[in-house]
Amino acid sequence: MPTLAKTGNEAMAEAMRQINPDVVAAYPITPATEVVMIFSQFVADGLVDTEYVAAESEHSAMSACVGAASAGCRVMTGTSSQGLQLMSEILPIVSALRQPIVLCEVNRALSGPINIHCDHSDTMAVRDFGWIQIFSENAQEAYDSVLQAVLIAEDEKVRLPAMVTTDGFIISHCMEKIETMEDDAAKKYIGEHKVKNSILNLEKPITLGSLDLQDYYFEHKMPVVEAMKQAKDVIVKVGKEFGQKFGREYGLLEEYKLADAEFAVVALGSTCGTTKAVVDELRNNGLKAGLLKVRVFRPFPGEEIAQALSKVKAAVILDRSDTYCNQGGQLYTEIRSAMYEAAKKPLLANYIYGLGGREISLEGIRQIYKQLQECQSSGQVIHFGVRE
Amino acid sequence: MKKNMGWKELWHGDSVPAGTAKEFQTGDWRSERPVFCAENCIHCYFCWIYCPDSAIILDENKKVSGIDYRYCKGCGICDVECPTKKDKRAITMEAERK
Repeated sequence: MPTLAKTGNEAMAEAMRQINPDVVAAYPITPATEVVMIFSQFVADGLVDTEYVAAESEHSAMSACVGAASAGCRVMTGTSSQGLQLMSEILPIVSALRQPIVLCEVNRALSGPINIHCDHSDTMAVRDFGWIQIFSENAQEAYDSVLQAVLIAEDEKVRLPAMVTTDGFIISHCMEKIETMEDDAAKKYIGEHKVKNSILNLEKPITLGSLDLQDYYFEHKMPVVEAMKQAKDVIVKVGKEFGQKFGREYGLLEEYKLADAEFAVVALGSTCGTTKAVVDELRNNGLKAGLLKVRVFRPFPGEEIAQALSKVKAAVILDRSDTYCNQGGQLYTEIRSAMYEAAKKPLLANYIYGLGGREISLEGIRQIYKQLQECQSSGQVIHFGVRE
Repeated sequence: MKKNMGWKELWHGDSVPAGTAKEFQTGDWRSERPVFCAENCIHCYFCWIYCPDSAIILDENKKVSGIDYRYCKGCGICDVECPTKKDKRAITMEAERK
């Protein structure tokens, strides 16, 4: 397998090149610009067979993606932050139409104030639109997950759109050593796109997007509910097979030194890498520290998280976004909800950190573990690393 | 089409078999009706192409022969698109209730 130095954006573009989608419709936005910019170069150089649509906005880009997917194409795009928000009118239509579009999303804070750096407010804002959401810890995971996302999204039991996210600048622009597949192996892994519906199929003419009122709208939302349930097993299956084939196994969660841990941090994305370094350090000092990395946010692995946290004394849930509901961030509120039926409940605290790209350092994570050891009661929501 | 289907019976991905509009006779929506004059028609098929409800009737020789009032909603697109001259209109709109 080739070992290359790639940024997160380059890694995602490389995965797209190997997937060779039929259509990519996109509009550039920092820090995701390079994903589609590099890919458009692949198109110009004739390295892929893709029809590239340079749209005039993200709303148009996702609309063109829906059109292409309706014609039976394998479709991909990339965006970030405000771009994802501009797409948001179309996003639930994609899941309702059960179109397996794969989106390379680079997490960036939402305006305002305007900011281009990482937090998870953009991806969290579209969490309830019936899209699978996979977070990446580093460029390697971004590359691997984009490839897996095609198989997950196109699985017969799922047929839902999927977004794979990286953290803006932290992953998207930092160069790392990654292992990629040989082109032939990638092509074989991805396989042929199975067309489920095509508006261009004259043998079986269909209508898409028809008016759906009190009599049928509710029924038409149910397949998305069911597909999202099925998606859990499919994600695990695809992640396991990926491990058997390429040596890197994936699941809904990753437990890092959690089996005998007393104090755990639960996090999404690149912060997990920082936390692993601190866990190693604390373990050397005799503290039973652990990490629970949540790789998949949609479908939400609630039962699996409750199970994984059942043995720890106390856990901090790190949220890189706020809900402004006064009950904590998205990850925290959902984990707390998932713990309701759990027989064993650790003390839970919520730390909201890193908004607008505010750095989370090793020292910051050390402090969080320190405060966690002193935690006496559940339910605290702390905005960590902000000046008063 | 079966009535009141459950969600498990529905077609994949919010798709519906094409042509189901046939089951809904929308002619009673009309407030104006297009009136066809056969002797003025030049059979350019503009009305037939543009009609959103496929309500332009062609006879066995594929000539324009009238309007299917079961489906015509009275939108008037046929009248707008009809290229015949003012004093020799093949299609004119008339109020349903005079």
